[in-house]
Amino acid sequence: MVEFLIVPLIKIIIILAFIIAGVILYIWFERRVWGFIQTRLGPNRVGPFGLLQLIADTVKLLIKEDIIPYRADRFVFNIAPIIVIVPVIVVFGLIPFGEGIKIFGIDFKFYLANTNVALLFVVAFSSLAVFGIILGGWASNSKYPLLGSLRSASQMISYEVALGLSIVPILFFSKSLSLVDIVNSQKEMGVWFVFLQPIAFFVFFIAGVAETNRTPFDLPEAESELVGGFHTEYSGIKFAFFFLAEYVHIFLVSALVTILFFGGWLRPFPSIKFLSFLDVIPGPLWFLLKLCFFLFLFTWIRGTFPRYRYDRLLELSWKGLIPLSLANLIVTSFIVLLVR
Amino acid sequence: MVQVREIVVNMGPQHPSTHGVFRIKLWLDGEVVVKSEPIIGYLHRGVEKLAEHRTYAQFTPITDRLDYLAAISNELGWVEAVEKLMGIEVPQRAEYIRVILTELTRIASHLVWLGTHALDIGVMTLVLYCFREREHILDIFEMVTGGRLTCHAFRIGGLPQDVPEGFVDKVKEFVEVFPKYLSDYHKLLTNNRIWLKRTKNVGIITAKDAIDLGLSGPSIRGSGVKWDVRKSNPYSVYSKFDFIVPTGEVGDVYDRYMVRMEEMRQSCRIIEQAIKSLPSGEICAKVPKVIKPPAGEVYHSIEAPKGELGYYIVSDGSTIPYRVRIRPPSFVNLQGISKMIEGQLVADVVAVIGSLDIVLGEIDR
Repeated sequence: MVEFLIVPLIKIIIILAFIIAGVILYIWFERRVWGFIQTRLGPNRVGPFGLLQLIADTVKLLIKEDIIPYRADRFVFNIAPIIVIVPVIVVFGLIPFGEGIKIFGIDFKFYLANTNVALLFVVAFSSLAVFGIILGGWASNSKYPLLGSLRSASQMISYEVALGLSIVPILFFSKSLSLVDIVNSQKEMGVWFVFLQPIAFFVFFIAGVAETNRTPFDLPEAESELVGGFHTEYSGIKFAFFFLAEYVHIFLVSALVTILFFGGWLRPFPSIKFLSFLDVIPGPLWFLLKLCFFLFLFTWIRGTFPRYRYDRLLELSWKGLIPLSLANLIVTSFIVLLVR
Repeated sequence: MVQVREIVVNMGPQHPSTHGVFRIKLWLDGEVVVKSEPIIGYLHRGVEKLAEHRTYAQFTPITDRLDYLAAISNELGWVEAVEKLMGIEVPQRAEYIRVILTELTRIASHLVWLGTHALDIGVMTLVLYCFREREHILDIFEMVTGGRLTCHAFRIGGLPQDVPEGFVDKVKEFVEVFPKYLSDYHKLLTNNRIWLKRTKNVGIITAKDAIDLGLSGPSIRGSGVKWDVRKSNPYSVYSKFDFIVPTGEVGDVYDRYMVRMEEMRQSCRIIEQAIKSLPSGEICAKVPKVIKPPAGEVYHSIEAPKGELGYYIVSDGSTIPYRVRIRPPSFVNLQGISKMIEGQLVADVVAVIGSLDIVLGEIDR
């Protein structure tokens, strides 16, 4: 009884708390890092080192007037932010942070659910978020959001394909779609998959940046061109939802990169006994460290690069990333066939 | 029956990247611009009418506010036009200092162009670096004139007073430090894949079209036409300095970018030469207290950072000009925009507006 109800409830609360706290910290971190990249300080007044800045921002957004444009489709307009944020949070139930420990005789695993189609589910369900973007842009009854949502739709489709194709070579080694099994197979093989599949990592990371609508692929919300893209007409808490959804999605992509390519909760070089003194650092902490590195990478890239133009972006995916991941797939399958 | 129509998008006077209150109506077929119509006038302040009610000396600070990002070069055009009308010869020291301040203004204006142009294309950090460099220049202006943005540095006949003591050292320091910053910007953008993809073959205007439309400044030099007023009709003491006029080849956004980057470096060279050979002497010519030019008319143009800035003054012999017509470079350059963005995507409109480097203050006057 306890195992079926209370333990999952505790895990859900922990995951939600992690997401919320993580996003708040990440946004603070991002704004400070941008500040330093741009030779200025980021927010450092509100709270110690500016940590409470996001809470101040959220409160501000909550008390703003909720504007709905003239003749907008009310129901769709209101529901669009929810469609954006719910899939990415739900998917976090499948992300494993560690192996698990035994507390009070109960097997407390560091993940909420472990199905054997986890990877497929994660990729498929998180791509539902683009529906919210498209619907939000359409329901706004305004030209700028419409353009933004059209761009987003085509961008998502193109990069989903690249994302999916780049993951397939991993499956040759792990022989299972379960995320826990993928990490375990990296442990058995003794090497992180990024060393076996650097091209797949490269393609996956870039496709992930495009999935989350981040620079250099942030056309749907291109500030300088379309004012605000698909979220031009949104104000208050709905805008906050779009905003938060993007950051939770970044968390998700970083977590996926860590699990699929960088060993999840394993220490570096899990096969070398010499480095087993590093085991003193618990698994979840390794996971967090790697996650933080990729979050930093997202921020760094955004602060540095220009934005791709719409057609170049699609060109990059269809003429660049997809052929590359296909070639990688074919070469890997040949090598695996020969080795076995 | 499904009808296909173009949508009309209004990049309105308020927009994050129209460089002021500029409005352009775009007829879009999907993302492709089929037709465009620029609409100006949102910053009209009646400057030319004001000129008819101010004396020649009183009008100088108003010229500052035309192209407010490059205030001092506007003044240069005005005071030189009046001096031409009155036949005043400005002492050498004043000329040299005028050139130094004008070239510093050119660098300052190009820095703003670079930062905002990069920001429009998505590079968030460069604008802050450029403004940091601009602070050095504004400090020098403040030292000489007391003002940072709109300085009123020149008077008819020369300068109001001699430069303060630390001026030469500060300018020398700037000239030494600046090339390194410029190479940093080159490192960030010039060979960046994404930058190249955004700016190459975008917003092309051929040399013939550019000459027909009357473009000037970097906008025409990007198309390969070697037209620089400093070389073709030298004014002030520019003929004494050794500098090259960079030109592009294709006339796309990238070429205009490279032309302006190179211009910054050349300006640095001019300042270096000027500060080295700064003569001593008078700082202002003997000008009568009440400036009353003889009746007549004069047209004088200079190479402002944006292009050829011209002043046409009609004087009727009194202390107040009869008519002042300003030929703003951005106004004429803006005519080229329809040609440049036809057939391009919406994202390119922003890149092209940035590359033309327009300032609404002088377009609308």
